[in-house]
Amino acid sequence: MRKYSWIVMLVSLSAFAQTATDDFFYSSGKIYVVIAVLVIIFVGLMLYLIRLDRKITKLEKQNEA
Amino acid sequence: MRKYWWKILSILCIIYAIVGGFLMPAPDDVGILAKTIRNLHFHVPMWFTMIILLLTSYIYGIRFLASSDLKHDSMSSSFIKIAMLFGLLGLATGSFWARFTWGTWWIEDAKLNGAAIGMMIYLAYYILRNSIDDDIKKGKFTAVYNLFAFPIFIVLIIIYPRMAETSLHPASGDTVAFSSLDLDNNLRKVFYIAAIGWILLGVWLSSLKYRLTELMRIDEEI
Repeated sequence: MRKYSWIVMLVSLSAFAQTATDDFFYSSGKIYVVIAVLVIIFVGLMLYLIRLDRKITKLEKQNEA
Repeated sequence: MRKYWWKILSILCIIYAIVGGFLMPAPDDVGILAKTIRNLHFHVPMWFTMIILLLTSYIYGIRFLASSDLKHDSMSSSFIKIAMLFGLLGLATGSFWARFTWGTWWIEDAKLNGAAIGMMIYLAYYILRNSIDDDIKKGKFTAVYNLFAFPIFIVLIIIYPRMAETSLHPASGDTVAFSSLDLDNNLRKVFYIAAIGWILLGVWLSSLKYRLTELMRIDEEI
């Protein structure tokens, strides 16, 4: 289950956004929401890329052995 | 941390560029550009990345010619593949940007046509590559092709557009680069970081592609 712990992290992050940072995301015509969405997508893709990197490293080590 | 600090740096730079690209002050009142001037932080780094990756591929092509080490050939071809991906993203974002500033998806412009021909030169690289079976021969042929392709690509994408009489694209023909519109240097504060971030990401993707290619090659040999 540890594999999917990042989903829990994202959910708790959005819960946090609902309470503490409401004012911030409602300001400036809500443009911060768009930026947050872009950052979430980008971070998600990068997390996948890091996993891919680690898997390839693992394969390389297996090949050496 | 010792080996992958630059991957983290790449991610941080791009996140900074995404946030800064929206929020940092920029000259938002330049004619038909309006706020799309902020596309500078996203469209241009694609081409910078492509050029850096192609340069790397070029260097490894020469190294392969000297060494005949197939690792160098894998490097060379992997970097071109990711460079093409960035080139396609550059074309797509540029085309979309043009639609809402110049009013059309594509125009007969030295910069645009130069970039498109440059891409086709590297498409031919693949055709050549896939038509040869022997690995060493494949490497040698494509490295020599690369030797000529890269200088021609640079001429097509940078020098030829500058020599054109007129152009709509910034920094080519009779147009100026954005730096001359950017009196407060506000764009630079985001743009340079964005370029570094995307270039590092391009190198990262290319290195993954290389490592995968090498794994598959070793697998075949066994």
